[in-house]
Amino acid sequence: MSADTVSVSGWGRTAPTNARLIRPRTYEEAVTAVRGCGTRGSIPRGLGRAYGDAAQNAGGTVLDMTGLDRVHAIDADNGIVLCDAGVSLHRLIEVLLPLGWFVPVTPGTRQVTVGGAIGADIHGKNHHVSGSFSRHVLSLELLTADGEIHTVGRDTPLFDATTGGMGLTGVILTATLQLQPVETSLMTVDTERARDLDDLMARLTATDDHYRYSVAWIDLLARGTATGRAVLTRGDHTPLEALREGTRARRDPFAFHPSRLPAPPSFLPERLLNRRGVALFNELWYRKAPRARTGELQRLAAFFHPLDGVPHWNRIYGRGGFVQYQFVVGHGQEETLRRIVRRVSEHRCPSFLAVLKRFGDADPGWLSFPVPGWTLALDIPAALPGLGAFLDALDEDVATAGGRVYLAKDSRLRPELLAAMYPRLEEFRALRAEVDPRGVFVSDLARRLSL
Amino acid sequence: MKDAFGIPQSLLVLGGTSEIALATARRLIARRTRTVWLAGRPSPALEQSAADLRALGADVRTVAFDALDPESHETVLGKVFAEGDIDMVLLAFGILGDQARDEREPLNAVRVAQTNYTGAVSAALVGAGALQSQGHGSLVVLSSVAGERARRANFIYGSSKAGLDTFTQGLGDALHGTGVHVMVVRPGFVRSKMTTDLEEAPLATTPEAVATAIELGLRRRSETVWVPGRLRLVMSALRHVPRSVFRRLPV
Repeated sequence: MSADTVSVSGWGRTAPTNARLIRPRTYEEAVTAVRGCGTRGSIPRGLGRAYGDAAQNAGGTVLDMTGLDRVHAIDADNGIVLCDAGVSLHRLIEVLLPLGWFVPVTPGTRQVTVGGAIGADIHGKNHHVSGSFSRHVLSLELLTADGEIHTVGRDTPLFDATTGGMGLTGVILTATLQLQPVETSLMTVDTERARDLDDLMARLTATDDHYRYSVAWIDLLARGTATGRAVLTRGDHTPLEALREGTRARRDPFAFHPSRLPAPPSFLPERLLNRRGVALFNELWYRKAPRARTGELQRLAAFFHPLDGVPHWNRIYGRGGFVQYQFVVGHGQEETLRRIVRRVSEHRCPSFLAVLKRFGDADPGWLSFPVPGWTLALDIPAALPGLGAFLDALDEDVATAGGRVYLAKDSRLRPELLAAMYPRLEEFRALRAEVDPRGVFVSDLARRLSL
Repeated sequence: MKDAFGIPQSLLVLGGTSEIALATARRLIARRTRTVWLAGRPSPALEQSAADLRALGADVRTVAFDALDPESHETVLGKVFAEGDIDMVLLAFGILGDQARDEREPLNAVRVAQTNYTGAVSAALVGAGALQSQGHGSLVVLSSVAGERARRANFIYGSSKAGLDTFTQGLGDALHGTGVHVMVVRPGFVRSKMTTDLEEAPLATTPEAVATAIELGLRRRSETVWVPGRLRLVMSALRHVPRSVFRRLPV
């Protein structure tokens, strides 16, 4: 078990702090680390894809859980896997695909751990059908503040506090997951363009239910009548029978060899992504997309995880880093969404990773982010002048509309707004006070927002 | 904790009546800062400063602190840090002295040096140690352009700031990689009560402008901030002017 004092930051690289990084290789080492973590506490960390300060703990201990990465058991008949929390979704996909199973929910990257996926209760393009990650967790083992390991089943307060609980209830050691059956590693994808936001929302409302996976890339720099124009990509896993006999794809239906480009250098300047460049990129990206195309076959990685092809892609924002802003507002709050899209477009935020999605039913996690409605995620270079105040104004709008921002992406929310956004926050605090009275589990996020 | 833009939630001001510090506090309170400690010699002015900041919605407390009593620094600042994390320490105390009088009365000159330099060395080391053990935070030190090169008109003050500036740079290097960010702020002539009796120098600035520069420096995690920014170029040039010429310059 190695321990080093290192600078730790989130994927957005905005507010690094120092912590003792411990990488347990056994459950016993994890227990020892939690028991001996000292007054500034500890927090589990996976692959560091949370954008903000969720997996940082200034002056304390950060438990790098990627050392616990074994897949213990697979029930290939029923699609159930028992694995360590430090296993990445990438590894799971590699292991499970040849058996005809796929992870039930995947975000825009495979480089997250199972523990992180539960802690942030992540969602994917299938949220409107499959809900968030926790819906597919059958049980988990949690190392709590007293140094004991508990098996936590569904429909218990501890389970609902842990799913979406940002690692603050304890360290998830293992999880049992229900998987999604697939016949191939290909995706059948329909692509269409929406000329503005209203067109986009109309299309999503009308036909989203026909697809298991659905997401829209949205051009937030388009102005005037084109405000909110978007490219919709929706699809499902390709059935085996759709592949022609004798083709290579048919002979090897579970082929999975994602390619990777070289990483961008770490010393890029802060202003590389300026408005003009991003506007040009967005224009080309929009024009490149077909007006309407159906039945295109795409590889898994290209459909779900295009950014995984570029390791360390977060470096393109330079050393100033970037902020991810994701909020959700309920159905019936379309006007709020329209207003925010208009304001972002008027503010000229150079955002090229903006995504709009229609969420389905919520899951019971107390701090779980998704609620039925519209979610918009966008990336903005942190160096953009006036960004802090601009996002504060958006927060007000979101909170007034009964919406919320996503804690796994947050690095700047005003703490006063949190209780309005997450009505079960008090229960969460009470449960933490009960199971962790000494505050063993704490993160920079928890300190910043008084979670 | 600081947010993605480097804005602190809790601020400790050493020199709680400094106009630059109060302008900075106002600016930060308007963004995120909720807890402010104003450390200084107990006085109605200190309480008034606290009341003014409270009116902006912050939780403000005052604490008795004397730069000239370094023995007490550990205790006084230790109590503040014991109450919770401090995201930013702003070292803002300092006295200008009266150059002509101080040249005649060396004990007064020593007082300038002790306040601005030795007092600051002690307070900065204590503050830096506390920040280091919490693993995060910024130590922002108000230096001065006067420390960049000795001037006939204020070299007693200037030399104290030169010492502080050099000390802070070294401290920043020593703390590199500890999670603590150290920033030297070098304002030019600032229009404030400290300088009301003085003739205004070129490129004069205001406490509000210094506060703006500090906010930007926090976001960028800058190590050195000049206010106004153009002073950096001006001083680079002045540094190379021969002394025989420099001493005759009307600066």
